[in-house]
Amino acid sequence: MSEKSKAVANKSSGAYSDHEYEKGLTVIHEDAVANPGIEPHRVRMTDKSEKHEKNAVRQVALLFSLSMLGSALALYAYFAFPISEDLTTVRINTLFLGVGITLGLLGIGIGAVHWAKTLMPDNEVSEERHLTRGSDEKRAAAIEIINLANQESGFSRRKLIRRTLYGSLALFPLPGIILFADLGPNLGDKLRHTAWKQGTRLTKDPYGSPIKASEVTVGSVFHVIPEGLNPDQEDYLEQKAKAAVLLVRVDQDELVETAERATWSYQGIVAYSKICTHVGCPVALYEQHTHHLLCPCHQSTFDLVNGCKVVFGPATRPLPQLPIAVDSEGYLIAQSDFHEPVGPSFWDRSVQQ
Amino acid sequence: MSNVANTQKKNGFLAGTANYVDERVGVAGILKEFGRKIFPDHWSFMLGEVALYSFLVLLLSGTFLTFFFQPSMTDVIYDGVYAPLKGAHMSIAYSSSLDITFEVRGGLLMRQVHHWSALLFVAAAGLHMLRVFFTGAFRKPREINWVVGFVLFVLGMAAGFTGYSLPDDLLSGNGLRIIDGMIKGVPVIGTGISSLLFGGEFPGHAIVGRLYSLHIMLIPALILVFLAVHLFMLVIHKHTHYSGPGKKDTNVVGYPLMPVYVAKAGGFFFIVFGVIMLIATFFTINPIWNYGGYDPSPVSAGTQPDWYIGWLDGALRLAPTGIEFMIGDYTVSTNILLPLVISLVFLAAVAIYPFVENWVTGDKREHHVLDRPRNAPVRTAIGAAGVTFYAVLWAGASTDLIATNFKMNLNQVLLSMQISLIILPIVAFLVTKRVCLALQRKDKEIAIHGRESGRIVRLPHGEYIEVHEPLDPHDLYKLVDFKDYKPTLARPNAQGKITVAARLRSSLSKFYFEDRIAPATQTEIDEAAHHAHELEVEVQKAIESAK
Repeated sequence: MSEKSKAVANKSSGAYSDHEYEKGLTVIHEDAVANPGIEPHRVRMTDKSEKHEKNAVRQVALLFSLSMLGSALALYAYFAFPISEDLTTVRINTLFLGVGITLGLLGIGIGAVHWAKTLMPDNEVSEERHLTRGSDEKRAAAIEIINLANQESGFSRRKLIRRTLYGSLALFPLPGIILFADLGPNLGDKLRHTAWKQGTRLTKDPYGSPIKASEVTVGSVFHVIPEGLNPDQEDYLEQKAKAAVLLVRVDQDELVETAERATWSYQGIVAYSKICTHVGCPVALYEQHTHHLLCPCHQSTFDLVNGCKVVFGPATRPLPQLPIAVDSEGYLIAQSDFHEPVGPSFWDRSVQQ
Repeated sequence: MSNVANTQKKNGFLAGTANYVDERVGVAGILKEFGRKIFPDHWSFMLGEVALYSFLVLLLSGTFLTFFFQPSMTDVIYDGVYAPLKGAHMSIAYSSSLDITFEVRGGLLMRQVHHWSALLFVAAAGLHMLRVFFTGAFRKPREINWVVGFVLFVLGMAAGFTGYSLPDDLLSGNGLRIIDGMIKGVPVIGTGISSLLFGGEFPGHAIVGRLYSLHIMLIPALILVFLAVHLFMLVIHKHTHYSGPGKKDTNVVGYPLMPVYVAKAGGFFFIVFGVIMLIATFFTINPIWNYGGYDPSPVSAGTQPDWYIGWLDGALRLAPTGIEFMIGDYTVSTNILLPLVISLVFLAAVAIYPFVENWVTGDKREHHVLDRPRNAPVRTAIGAAGVTFYAVLWAGASTDLIATNFKMNLNQVLLSMQISLIILPIVAFLVTKRVCLALQRKDKEIAIHGRESGRIVRLPHGEYIEVHEPLDPHDLYKLVDFKDYKPTLARPNAQGKITVAARLRSSLSKFYFEDRIAPATQTEIDEAAHHAHELEVEVQKAIESAK
């Protein structure tokens, strides 16, 4: 034993029985009520009467037999109730298979517990606990091992080795972390642009048929995607997730428009991004009576006739407006892309690129 | 050796097998050590078991599902048996989920078993945590195991959410969209993290495959590791037991592992599995065929996340309007950060609670006898406040459903939730603390004066009294065995300075133990018994003289 470990061992030797842990704010009552010991055992019917015992045995065996029956039923049901094009067969297959397996499981479970509760001894037994910490001898031995290992390796003595080891251990995970950088590309300005361009026709979601301004009656709502967006293209969902638009016509007198946006609507027809500025759910509910748009996820509410400003809920920014016009054939078209990024806020969304 | 050989002959196959295994694995030593280990009995100790067994059911049903599920977001045109979706564009993930449901015998059943057991797993783990909290089972030496259990609970939520999103249906896709929006709201790194997670722009083609790796490999592996540590520490510490006659901090009272607990706990696994199977047979969960595949444009009103995500969604909903702001050109999404920070602080508070309480009491002894919740009034009140806070956030995820079902104004429902989130936990704290103290007083009263016998006697001078009978010593002990602490003053340290920490500890100890009911002592009981005896003599005299 080295000098150091001897000192530690001496310090702790004989100390730390349960009563020598600090008691802190504990109040010890000298005249506390004494522990009367385990309650006397209450004899069960199955201990006293052979008839009850035999009954219990039969019940357990019955439950185990029920389990066998259930498992057999499940096997039978698998073949007897196949599923087909008729969807009620799915229901019947699920029902009988499920009931069979349930019986197979519950029979074993309830049987085993019943067996334990009625037929196995129910005398409470007391077992001594030991303190979680090792005994003083064990702790001294452990310290000695650590010291010996330290001495033999020279871990504390050889500073140069120790410091270079720390350095190498600190650096070696970094390549592993950087490997994850290719999980996703730098998005660049993708979040700032959508599939809308000057002259893109507004079409119905999901069929893609163009919309004539005359079709849009006062109070009607259209779910709109840009023309040319089709499900076969690789980035269909990504484009749709940014470009989805809600088109509504209101009484022109009710529209409150800023001078800057006066030309963005067409005879009371307005188009707003459908992607909530809170966390991006589709703002799909339109209340005709109040002209409010409601996001069903977190109830952000936007005032359609007033620039889609937030009137309620956790969102802060208005829904971006798509400037629209009508082409020579009377179809609704976009004047340009949105003038700001759509969807949820992100850190540098207002930074000019 | 010859003895073993003899038994082998006598008892045949079983002993033969035992001998074979022991000679190669040394199993006899393990059995000798653990075979008769004592486990205490109480219904509340089964909550953790329910969580454990639900996890086993998750592994079994989940493995079955992996054989059929294809985690790919490649676009296909559905051509299965479910007519309403025939010809629709969808991902392979969604179409293979539909195939499991409608074209694999027992497939729907297994999907529902998997989903129900996931719901049960998180619920049972949560209730188990509450049991541990309210009985003080987290005290020394179990603080670290509390943290391990806490990590398991968080992993359970993560496992649930990653699994929920795999079928790539409309409902779960909108859930992912919310996650994407939240991530983008994180200052500076949000957009980058979102791109790393989704492999580019939302929704991309990578997320289902990535969640699948997490869901079937990384997260279950972590759960298994933490579960092993959790149970290993349970064996080291031995299980706690409730206070009562014969129960001490130095012993464990209960039944032996073999045979009683093997039968009870083993049987209980089958019961839990059976009940999950029963629920899965009769109750639909997550009918993905009703939602359709994911499409960023449509959404259904009144949708709800799985229950354990509700509190986080509620936190998002309760954020006040218009708190997002700009620093120069940069956007700070306080409406997302605030709920995020509040949720994380709440979780952190749960994780560190045992260390805080231990610092205040300064009690470094090992505690193996559980507290009845009433006997730790402030801890119980803190727990009640926490549960209430969680419950309001959770109800917050259903503001729209509450408004429509009870025909109330949505704005007012939300406003009252916002107010409740601050007020109700305080109310819960005060009420719970008072109820605990009242229950303690009642216990003390009964311990000292005995129970009411229902016998009313009129004394010669006209006074009516009810005769009390002393308690059975075993019943009495349950009422008087608990730890008693008293507040401390801030004392100067060796340098004669009163540190900030000492001041804080002093005020916290006052907060905890200022209103304290000490357990009834033998002296008090004896005095009361003496008084009762005198009264009884007087009563007897009165009866005699009446004759």
